[in-house]
Formats: sequence, C-alpha cells, structure tokens
Amino acid sequence: MQAIAVKDLVKDFKGLKAVDGISFEVKQGEIFAFLGPNGAGKTTTIKMLTTLSRPTAGSVSVNGYNPLYQQADVRKSFGIVFQDPSLDDELTAMENLEFHAALYGVPKEVAKERISYLFEFVGLESRKHFLVKTFSGGMKRRLEIARGLIHHPKILFLDEPTLGLDPQTRKAMWKHILELNKKESMTVFLTTHYLEEAEKMADRIAIIDLGKIVAQGALSEIKKSTKSKTLEEAFLKLTGHSIREESATAADHMRQAKRMWGR
Amino acid sequence: MTAIPIMWLRQVKRYLRSKARIVGSLGQPLLFLVALGFGFGPIYEKAGGGNYLEFLAPGVIAMSILFTSMFSGIEVIWDRRFGFLKETLVAPVSRISIMIGRTLGGATVAIMQGVIITLISFALGFRIHSFWALPIALLFMLLVALMFTALGTAIASRLEDMQAFPLIMNLLIMPIFFLSGSLFPVTNLPRALDIVIRLNPLSYGVDGLRGALTGAYQFGFALDFAVLAGATILFSVIGAWMFSKIEL
Repeated sequence: MQAIAVKDLVKDFKGLKAVDGISFEVKQGEIFAFLGPNGAGKTTTIKMLTTLSRPTAGSVSVNGYNPLYQQADVRKSFGIVFQDPSLDDELTAMENLEFHAALYGVPKEVAKERISYLFEFVGLESRKHFLVKTFSGGMKRRLEIARGLIHHPKILFLDEPTLGLDPQTRKAMWKHILELNKKESMTVFLTTHYLEEAEKMADRIAIIDLGKIVAQGALSEIKKSTKSKTLEEAFLKLTGHSIREESATAADHMRQAKRMWGR
Repeated sequence: MTAIPIMWLRQVKRYLRSKARIVGSLGQPLLFLVALGFGFGPIYEKAGGGNYLEFLAPGVIAMSILFTSMFSGIEVIWDRRFGFLKETLVAPVSRISIMIGRTLGGATVAIMQGVIITLISFALGFRIHSFWALPIALLFMLLVALMFTALGTAIASRLEDMQAFPLIMNLLIMPIFFLSGSLFPVTNLPRALDIVIRLNPLSYGVDGLRGALTGAYQFGFALDFAVLAGATILFSVIGAWMFSKIEL
C-alpha cells in the first residue's frame, strides 16, 4: 500500500501558485526526502498532507485516507515535527510532552516510560520541570524532536527537523528514527536543507522548485539523470544558483506596517 | 473527548502561573470601583438612586468577566503566532473538543477573576441581600464567561495576528461594556440608547448579576437567563464552526 499518494496537487494563494500540480507517491516503510530551495512549496505541501490546509485542486491520500474528508483518520496515522516552534512556552518541558501524549492517546504507563527515555536522549533530563520559555533555541528544538517521537505513528513528517540541532542530537535522532523505521515499518517524510542527510538516509528523493517537481526517484537515478557526482551537484543543476525569496520579506512587513497606519 | 480536560487544564495552568496577569487585570476593576463608586456615590444618592457602590459592583464584576473571557478567547491568536495552535490542530482529536476545552478553561479563568472582584467589592463595603445570591450569581458569571470566551474564539479564528487587536478592544469590548447598564441604570434613556442596550447580551448578564446579588432585577431572572443561555449557545456554535475552519 502507498503511505502517501499525491496527484496533480495545487495550492493557490490568491493567484500565487505555491504548489503547482505535483504528483508523487511514498511507499509504506520508506524514507522519502522532499527537497527544494526556500519557498519551493515544501511546507505548503506538508500542510495539505497533514490537514492544516485545504488543497485548491488535486487529490491527496494519507495512509489511504483523504485529508479533506477523513481528517480524524488521517490525523491518527501521522506524527509531525514542525519546521518552526510549536511548543507552549508557559508550560514546563514535561507538561508539553505529557500534553502531547494525552492528546495522542498514548497509554499513561507507556507515555511515562517513553518520556523519561526521550528526555535522556535529547539531554534535557535536568531541565524537564523548567518552563519552556526559559529554554534556548536549541533546547526547544530538541524538545520538539522528543515530543514528535512520543507516539509511534505510521507516518512521520519531519519538516527540516535537524535545523539548528547539534551533531550529537542529530545523530541520536536519526538512530532512533531508523530504529522505528525498521521495527515498526514507520514511513518517514523528510524535508531538509542538509543534502548529505538526505543522501545518507533517504530511500527515494523528490526535488521541488517553484511549486513543481523537477526530479524524483532513487538517489542513483537522480544522480545519473543529471550526470552529477553528489546530490548537491544534482540539486544545484536542477534548481539553479539564484537565491530564493521567502514568502514574507522585510519589504512585505514594511508594506503591511504602512497599511496599518493607513497610508 | 480526551482533549476537553487537557485543554481546560492548560488554560487554567497558564492563568495561575502568570501572576502579573492576575494582578494586572485586577487594577482596572479596582479603579472603577474606587473612582466611580466613591466618586459618583454622593451624586447618585442625591438623585435618589440609593447606594451607588451597591449598583456598580455587579457591573464591574461583569466587566472583569467580559474582559478576561474575551482575552482568553483571543488567545487563539497568540497560539497561532507562537505555533502551539498547530500542535493541537494536527492531533487526532476533534476540533470541537479542542474548542470546548479551551472555552471551558477560559470561562473558568474568567469566573475566578469575577470571584476575586466580588471579594474586593465586599472589602469596599458591598453587601449581598442573602446568602442564596451567591449560587445564582455564579450561574450568571458562568453564562457571561462562556458566551464571551466563545465570541473571542470565533473572532480570533479569523485573525492572523494581533494587529486587529485595538479594533476589537475599541469597537467591540468597550462598547459592550459601556452600553450594558453596568455603570448607569437603564431607565428613562434616549430611545436609541435603550434599543442598543437591549440588544447587548451583556446587559442581561449585568442585570442577572445585579438581581442575584442585590435583589433588584430590571428585566427579570427569566428573561436574563433565557437571553444569556440563548446567546451562549449561539456564540458557542459560531465559535466552534469558525474554529473548525481554521487553516494554517
């Protein structure tokens, strides 16, 4: 069975096509890397897969369910580590994890065991009763990773999970994820800017640029079709060298501020 | 349904932890009670209205519940801004149960705030007419708190960030408060003002609280209760619907 199947998916933000007719499939138990420059449409795609956003057109299936109509079934089948923070700053680290475990219906005993293991593994054991707002950026990131691993989902979305992580945590995280991937046949959907990471971990890769998929297949296939030695070389050949704008630039904020003052 | 107690607990924990918020939000009602209560007291008495503090205290209690519950509802914007909203929206629980939990939590916080103001009013000389006033007053506090938490949630579900906040404050919360009969009796008013006050659901909350605490109903218990219960259900349904439509 396909863990994820996407066909002709489009997301249109008032005339701006963030995702422009993409199709791909992720097999169950596979580690799938979804790569692309900033603003290519990676996060928008993840949002549509995880019921946070409605597609403009096209069809999506996650674990056999449609995120548009079978939201509850879809949500039961995946876990996600977001690109940007999603912790409650006013709660302690422990409370954040307990909250998550309760929301996902992890039995109390199992949750307790996993939480204490995860605290140790992200090195936050001594800080577990501190409010999250006292944490540094890196500590928050580690806590988010730990939280994403409390329940063992069928599909795990990792949206640039290793951004800002130290090599120690990165290594430990991958070890844990590969274990789950093997033992529970957990499918992993990964976006990352660390191309070596994708090169090493992913079974298959898709590269998206300007809302369109420009290449997909196994690493060897992508390297072969672009006549490249490394994934990075292939990536740059496919997406060019220009640096991309993110959706909200400083200029946008200025414009917004201007509107606010009524000019 | 597991989400309801969890979301409730989260709202309450956040409130109890922010001591600055608790103390800060007591300032305004206290100021109203002292400045208006004692300031206008002599004039009110001379005009034959009786004890002004007696009249004012229920209005100020209602005010503190209005503010606290609206802000609790509007917290959805903060959660969106700081990302926590995502965590709850992708969880395998229904959005309705998240919304109900949030609303109950926000309402609980608002009632705590209302009870604190009631105690402060007692300290300033406010007296209730019988012991049975308290459970009825709590019932009205609950309805007002639920209604405005749901309304705040509904509004916040459509807003992306805090820029619209002054708009909500000045065009919604302030008029709801001032045009509710919380500060002045709603008798012998110009026709237009009278209509606005009768259309304002808080008017019935203020009247219910005042009636319960001092025995002087204007609209009557039955009408107060019916309007508040109706508005609470209506706002909750709208709030739940808007919340379920949130896209990130």
